[in-house]
Amino acid sequence: MANLAGGPTAGTVKGEQSVMNVMNRQELLEMAQSELDRQNTFRCRLLICASTPCISSGALAVEDAMRKAVEAEGLQTEIEMVGTGCLGPCSRGPLVTVQVQEEPDVIYERVTVELAPQILAKHLKGASVPELDARMLSYDWPFFAKQKKLVLSESSTLNPERIESYVARGGYMALGQVLREMTPEEVCAEVAKSGLRGRGGAGFPTGLKWDMVRKAPGERKYVVANGDEGDPGAYMDRTLMESDPQRVLEGMAIAGFAVGAEQGFIYVRGEYPLAAKRLEKAIRQAERRGLLGSRILDSKFNFRIDIRMGAGAFVCGEETALMQSIMGRRGQPVPRPPYPANRGLWGGPTLINNVETFGNIICIILKGADYYASFGTDKSKGAKIFALAGKVNNTGLIEVPIGITLREIVYEIGGGIRDCRPFKAAQTGGPSGGCIPAEHLDAQMDYETLQKLGSIMGSGGLIVMDDQSCMPDVARFFMEFCMDESCGKCGPCRGGTVQMHRILSKITNGSAIMEDLDTLEDLCLLVKETSLCGLGNTCPNPVYSTLRYFREEYESHIKDHYCPAGVCQFTEKPLRSA
Amino acid sequence: MSVVTLTIDDKLVSAPANTSLLSSIQEQGIDIPTLCHLKGLSERGGCRLCVVEMEGNPRLFASCVTPVAEGMVVRTNTAKLLKYRQMMIELLMAQRNHVCAVCVQNGHCELQTLAAKLGVTSVRYDYMCPDLPMDASHERYVIDHNRCILCARCIRVCDEVEGAHTLDMGGRGVQSRVIAGMNQPWGTSRSCTGCGKCVQVCPTGALFKKGSSAAEMVKQHDFLTWILDGREKKIWHWR
Repeated sequence: MANLAGGPTAGTVKGEQSVMNVMNRQELLEMAQSELDRQNTFRCRLLICASTPCISSGALAVEDAMRKAVEAEGLQTEIEMVGTGCLGPCSRGPLVTVQVQEEPDVIYERVTVELAPQILAKHLKGASVPELDARMLSYDWPFFAKQKKLVLSESSTLNPERIESYVARGGYMALGQVLREMTPEEVCAEVAKSGLRGRGGAGFPTGLKWDMVRKAPGERKYVVANGDEGDPGAYMDRTLMESDPQRVLEGMAIAGFAVGAEQGFIYVRGEYPLAAKRLEKAIRQAERRGLLGSRILDSKFNFRIDIRMGAGAFVCGEETALMQSIMGRRGQPVPRPPYPANRGLWGGPTLINNVETFGNIICIILKGADYYASFGTDKSKGAKIFALAGKVNNTGLIEVPIGITLREIVYEIGGGIRDCRPFKAAQTGGPSGGCIPAEHLDAQMDYETLQKLGSIMGSGGLIVMDDQSCMPDVARFFMEFCMDESCGKCGPCRGGTVQMHRILSKITNGSAIMEDLDTLEDLCLLVKETSLCGLGNTCPNPVYSTLRYFREEYESHIKDHYCPAGVCQFTEKPLRSA
Repeated sequence: MSVVTLTIDDKLVSAPANTSLLSSIQEQGIDIPTLCHLKGLSERGGCRLCVVEMEGNPRLFASCVTPVAEGMVVRTNTAKLLKYRQMMIELLMAQRNHVCAVCVQNGHCELQTLAAKLGVTSVRYDYMCPDLPMDASHERYVIDHNRCILCARCIRVCDEVEGAHTLDMGGRGVQSRVIAGMNQPWGTSRSCTGCGKCVQVCPTGALFKKGSSAAEMVKQHDFLTWILDGREKKIWHWR
């Protein structure tokens, strides 16, 4: 690994001490090749998904059982076992992929400890195991076939804990290309040309933001990756950080080069210990190889990345609150302007993007902005990761081209509603988003269309509901979340969320009167229009959109004490009549 | 210093660049409601009462934290703004136990004055009636959380002017509370200088000097006995 041989440009003034941490392009290619050669020495590779959903359904025990079986057969030199990133169909874990040389890959779902040794028997000895055949997932399955993986392209095959694995799949080539061939202006222009928009929810054009930070005067600039994903049911960022941490780091380093920053922070939600552990490992490995730190890839570019852990506040996903938290202050939003691009961390211009946004950069640099822009709609380019959850048959993590219709997601990728019940609504964007009713099933999933429907793209949570979900109850759930997570700094959000939650509770327990609906609507508008930050501005969305599409359901709750979905128990009575 | 021109309520106004919209509005003699703003302290932008409408922008802007800009067209007093301001006051009233009749600040309270000015005569929301304590451990001052509107003036003045930073905010959302030191009784905080600036900036009766509460207003009728005893029996001893 050491650079003792020295590239043509290396080794001129270098002292022996600094040699260890510098790597040039040639050595990067060698590292990739040696890893590929090593992988090819194995006859069979067993890829076990080691992301949080699979681990919670028992992937570690399966891995253990397999390892014992391999050892029992004495096949350690022929079979490699790899803990990989996420494959997608998370409700079907533990997932195991079998790669046998010169044979197509096979994926098994719901692998149990008992079945683990059978996989070996089937693939190495040709034994017939009908139980396993029943658990085979086909690559033609719409869940896989309808997806377009631009960010998660490698996550199902690489080992997130080994940098060699990432480098072997073309890792750090994009950074190398940027450092060697491009100027910061060109990088910003390329990102702008790709049409990439911020994946945190608001959809601000990423290239424009980078250019603003690049042009902002300031001695010290910072790059921040927002990994504080707090929406209930959403885990896109966690999966990306767990499955392909190096991709995020490389994207951040490219951003650092583009805007002129030497320090990056990645803000990881406190509830994601595995993501933090893997990122930490990834940073250490990259620094040791000279792919992060000083003189990256033998250039003059320095870039360090530090991890900051959140402490459990949803509002810290808001960019100004997040920066306060990084600086060690109370995690509360501060009014903008000044915008972070002008005055962010410690007064320096700061680029802050979602981790998924950084994950898109590699694809744009390596395959070109035009390739990237060939996916998506006119105004929203590329692909978006969604966490598909709720009452669909196939739940999990999906990456689809922007502009795909909700119907395709629910009925093709999701495999339809469970127990063939009717589709009622889908909630996008978590507590900040709204619900989309059945009449808009053919709506395109892009920033503009969703906003028109009263929802938002958000970070990518997508909860599908059937006729057994009560909309006032769903709104109450999300409002309870917002009430608990409101930071309390501004009056309308602090008081408004509490009062909205009270009214929604009254509606669902039978003590509301029709006047309360007007009060609720007024409060929605107040909180939406006058709150200080994005949390307050968007938290009435679930209430407002359910009122818009399911008003008769609210009215039947209040007037008839009847819950069409059969969820609400009307245990109270109104204190006074209307 | 460069100057920008903007329109406030149909009137052309000029203001130095980089100043806040609120100062321009107030310079025009417009009585715009504020609670968390106090001249001399940093802006917090928390109470949102000073929101204004801006032409060509669907959003509302808190004028205290919005810098003036060339060509801005601002409306400070529309029916919608009045409605929102009333709702904000009502939300504050419903949040804690604002019972004016027994409050030390009755008659001098900014929240009370604003409510009267904005025509808030009743509160349409449920009173939350939280069970909140008072901290009277300080030798000279008392903090009554029941009357606090979380404007954080006290916190800012303690940090920015006195430099002690004894007070800060604890908790989150509606559970937020002004705390002293490491969330300890105020009287045990060693950083408090006892300067009383926090009491002076508090818009409501949440912070007050000891002895000014209604319960402490004890009348002493027995002085009569003392005077009469002294005059008639020549015995001068107080109780």
